[in-house]
Amino acid sequence: MYVAVKGGERAIDNAHRLLAQKRRGDPAVPELTLEQISEQLALSCDRVMAEGSLYDRELAALAVKQARGDLVEAIFLVRAYRTTLPRFGSSEPIDTGAMEIRRRISAAFKDLPGGQVLGPTFDYTHRLLDTGLGESSPSAETPPHPTSLREVDLSPQAGRGEAMPRVTDILGDDGLIEPCPPGDPDAPVADLTRAPLAFPAGRELRLQNLARGDEGFLLALGYSTQRGYGRTHPFAGEIRLGEVAVEFMAEEVGFAVPLGRITVTECQMINQFRGSATEPPQFTRGYGLTFGHCERKAMAMSLVDRALRARDLGEEQRAPAQDEEFVLSHSDNVQATGFVEHLKLPHYVDFQSELVLIRRMRAEIAAAEAAPHREAAE
Amino acid sequence: MNAPAYNFAYLDEQTKRMIRRAILKAIAIPGYQVPFASREMPMPYGWGTGGVQVTASILGPDDVLKVIDQGSDDTTNAVSIRKFFAKTAGVRTTTHTPEASVIQTRHRMPETPLTEDQIIVFQVPIPEPLRFLEPRETETRRMHALADYGLMHVKLYEDIARHGHIATTYAYPVKVDGRYVMDPSPTPKFDNPKMDDCAALQLFGAGREKRIYAIPPYTKVVSLDFEDHPFEASRTPKSCALCGADDTYLDEVVTDDKGGRLFVCSDSDYCEQRRGTETSA
Repeated sequence: MYVAVKGGERAIDNAHRLLAQKRRGDPAVPELTLEQISEQLALSCDRVMAEGSLYDRELAALAVKQARGDLVEAIFLVRAYRTTLPRFGSSEPIDTGAMEIRRRISAAFKDLPGGQVLGPTFDYTHRLLDTGLGESSPSAETPPHPTSLREVDLSPQAGRGEAMPRVTDILGDDGLIEPCPPGDPDAPVADLTRAPLAFPAGRELRLQNLARGDEGFLLALGYSTQRGYGRTHPFAGEIRLGEVAVEFMAEEVGFAVPLGRITVTECQMINQFRGSATEPPQFTRGYGLTFGHCERKAMAMSLVDRALRARDLGEEQRAPAQDEEFVLSHSDNVQATGFVEHLKLPHYVDFQSELVLIRRMRAEIAAAEAAPHREAAE
Repeated sequence: MNAPAYNFAYLDEQTKRMIRRAILKAIAIPGYQVPFASREMPMPYGWGTGGVQVTASILGPDDVLKVIDQGSDDTTNAVSIRKFFAKTAGVRTTTHTPEASVIQTRHRMPETPLTEDQIIVFQVPIPEPLRFLEPRETETRRMHALADYGLMHVKLYEDIARHGHIATTYAYPVKVDGRYVMDPSPTPKFDNPKMDDCAALQLFGAGREKRIYAIPPYTKVVSLDFEDHPFEASRTPKSCALCGADDTYLDEVVTDDKGGRLFVCSDSDYCEQRRGTETSA
């Protein structure tokens, strides 16, 4: 009996061995390679990179494999590695206006400069299980090449040099949407991984928090704003997916050095207009940006970003999505899963102290109830 | 792929310096929760990441580390954290309280009185004693700044009015050095008196909530109470079935499905010392 709480060390070792065995599954089935995960479970890797806050496909694929496909666990693995990496500084801001576009759609305009580019999307698929995918013959695995009105170039260089103006910039030229706050290139960049979050948080910190926040949590919050809990009248002004250059200002050489290209998804939401005695009405903005192809996350993020701007815009704050402390304190799935799952840890000393009190209270009540009977008997 | 290489005790030196600065501030303002830039650790939030970061920052190669959970060195999470430091820092570990220079704990204070040469590190899930009365950090920070603790006293009073007792049995709030109301972490209130005038430095780390606080050695720690309802360090009124101690905190072990119960010391090292048995963890 007391032995039950002893021998933890051997139990842990055995649990880890069993886990490794379960992760591998039936040894008769070929083992997954990181390339297979990276190529064929690409969106899993994208989510792990985005919420793990580390742009490294190979490590993301490794984490997905090690986590047996549990993406929150994979995100946790990546975060725990990322936090040990040295920090050289902040990159130059990326220019999503100069993005090599793979997908770009606007729900606000029928057509616009650069056109609507559907790209690789589930959007207009019929969600019918494709039993053909279950068989792995070479012919079934090679999907037909897309054909198009224009010749589609699927090479990585596709679209290079054809920058598409952002919808918000088009509206901004007419003054119809609030301008983006001008950036101060010399201002220090807040970093919530290096300084604890304090409230009230600035928008840049909020966006950092949302960018690594849990997709499911942001999805539900964004959804709640659409159902009236902090309504913002959103239009998907633009969603774009593609590659952008990342540059780092090297002080020694005096100019920005290109570090490479990353895939990002950007969503610019156009929201409820406002005006004042001094300013004519303008639409307002909600912004979402993620590593990789994470469209649902980018859209949800832009809805929540806009909802969280309620205070700055002088709006009433009553809905959960407008509550900065509530949203930012609970968005991180690594924190959330840790604390929820810590309930699995032993709590018996605390439970024992509760037992002592509840037994004492029950005994007192029983004694009080017994007392009048004794009097009656006497 | 680059194979990750890790520093002594896992954390990089910059991070350790940042945490040490927070610890020094915490010692300078006893009971005050110092925000710090908590890192992701290779174990989940809520499983001792705050305590692990504090331990990693104060550990030197000559330290001897003891890790307990629920008072015992053998519980799974204690084993896991002890192995983590044995692996990443290569420090000597022990299960004997008097031998340890650093003790990381979850939910208990050892029964053996601590000495001036020791530091005890508590793992803290929710550092804010006012959190369940006021969910907003902006509000609770203001309440601490103004030493506005009326709400806490009202809560304790309402407990007495409703139950005849203060219904808080663990994480029982204390006032440190006559100023800050502090959460002693979810230790049973039986352990609160051990924190008062303790010879060892007591450090508290909350990783997920990004807070560090401290009780310097020989600091006054008072459990909140009322004149007519004085604080009482409660325990199961039994003796340990193994060592016979009648003054220690006891775990209740269910021995069968017919109401059979056995009570044993929660502090497994203390119990073993009393029985004169040697064990290896």
